[in-house]
Amino acid sequence: MQNDKVPLSGKIKTAGKLKNKIVQNIGFIALFAAILITLFFLGSIIYFIASRGAGALSWEFITQGPRRAMTQGGVAPAIVGTLYLTLGAVLVALPLGLSTAIYLCEYSPGGLLVNIIRTSINNLAGVPSVVFGLFGLSVFVKLFGFGVSILSGSLTLGILILPGIISAAQEALIAVPRSIREASLALGATQWQTIRKTVLPAALPGILTGVILSIGRAAGETAPILFTAATFFSRGYPDSVFSETMALPYHIYALMTEGTHPVEQTAIAYGSSLLLLLLVLSVSAVAIYARQSQRSVYGH
Amino acid sequence: MDINPARISVENLNFYYGNKQALKNINLNIFEKKVTAIIGPSGCGKSTFIRLLNRMNDLVPGGRVEGSILLDGSDINAPEADVVDIRRRVGMVFQKPNPFAKSISQNISYGLELEGSRKKDFIERKIEESLKKAALWEEVKDRLDESALGLSGGQQQRLCIARCLAVEPEVILFDEPCASLDPISTKKIEELILELKKDYTIIIVTHNMQQAARVSDYTAFMYLGELVEFGHTEKVFTVPKEKRTEEYLSGKFG
Repeated sequence: MQNDKVPLSGKIKTAGKLKNKIVQNIGFIALFAAILITLFFLGSIIYFIASRGAGALSWEFITQGPRRAMTQGGVAPAIVGTLYLTLGAVLVALPLGLSTAIYLCEYSPGGLLVNIIRTSINNLAGVPSVVFGLFGLSVFVKLFGFGVSILSGSLTLGILILPGIISAAQEALIAVPRSIREASLALGATQWQTIRKTVLPAALPGILTGVILSIGRAAGETAPILFTAATFFSRGYPDSVFSETMALPYHIYALMTEGTHPVEQTAIAYGSSLLLLLLVLSVSAVAIYARQSQRSVYGH
Repeated sequence: MDINPARISVENLNFYYGNKQALKNINLNIFEKKVTAIIGPSGCGKSTFIRLLNRMNDLVPGGRVEGSILLDGSDINAPEADVVDIRRRVGMVFQKPNPFAKSISQNISYGLELEGSRKKDFIERKIEESLKKAALWEEVKDRLDESALGLSGGQQQRLCIARCLAVEPEVILFDEPCASLDPISTKKIEELILELKKDYTIIIVTHNMQQAARVSDYTAFMYLGELVEFGHTEKVFTVPKEKRTEEYLSGKFG
């Protein structure tokens, strides 16, 4: 966007005109108001969840399983389940998405076929998450016979976050300057050596950003695990990838829609919501720290 | 008079970007341990030409080569030619310094490790040797582990030269190596080129006619994709055979 600069010769003349000043101030106030409104909603969500959920939080809440028809105890199995599902989703989507992005950016000759692939990937991002859930049910749970399990849920969530990882990785790869690739090739590196030793390290911060966003998405989605992985109640922790599992988002949904003790359950639901927020935030914080320490050195 | 043998022979070379012909029937010899300068106005094809000599233009979509480029008698575009080997023998220094975002020593060892060199003392010796050859050793010997991006533009360019020397090329291509450098850095690079020609065959693309006159033994003048004139530098500059060369050198266009 280099063309949107105001010509210098015009700037001095108009600067003194009252009308322009007023228009500019109104514009500024409108934009600033938009920020304030956005922050207001963000702040009120956090305040609302925190004030209602904080009371439920305790050491017992995060270390023990639910007791007495979900009215007491904690949500430890759901925390563990969410961590497993999120980790599984990233393990599925990252290698697949990164490889796809590398192929599309570095190897594919371009043209119609690649454009069709790109468009398809973007469309995949627009598919409603409950549709992914149904897909997971019919393919992973039924067809492949993985059952309602962490494996099925991870695969379903993995496909859900795949488009985001691909786009983020593609953008990060495209941002690596051509001059750096040429430097490597001119020294006698093969294309693969150039990608592995030069392009990927330079693109890593951008790729990590995509992973961070995906973690938040995978941890918070309910619909894709509804039929593929989640269970309302389990006595202990899942013991294999073929176990069904509790998960925080589904737990919140279940507490609010099922059961016989709505008052106690609502409090636990808010506690779980707060916990889910904190969980996503802390996982993201780790990834953000990793990204900062790998901060792109080419100024991108 | 041309006592040195030709290292590179270019015969009937044409290059196309899609339907657009960028180089038209170029014939030229590059002589061993001499500096050949390629001059001409923007868009004349001089960068395109030099990038064909180490097959950097392989990356250009729609690029097509006709004719032959012989490196020591064998065609570098032949199907059996190994592009990695060609690029190791024909090194390149680019217009804008492009060090890797790694330490100074890692920039040099990069090319060595590609070959599979892992011996620490060998790599350390090569780092010192290459930096000395590139006249950079004294300035960086105490901070080899610091990022190469902390160096000045001129130092970065000399690091790129050192990096290129480390893999022991026979020919070095300089694609406007001083285009983004200040006059003092430019002078250092020019002195370096004169020093390097004792051991290497050098081709330099330059916008700067004075630079061509200062560093080169041979000069090729290109215009609109054609090689207009090629000969000993002092002849091309003092008694050009072609009218277009004379007009360009006297600043009538360019």
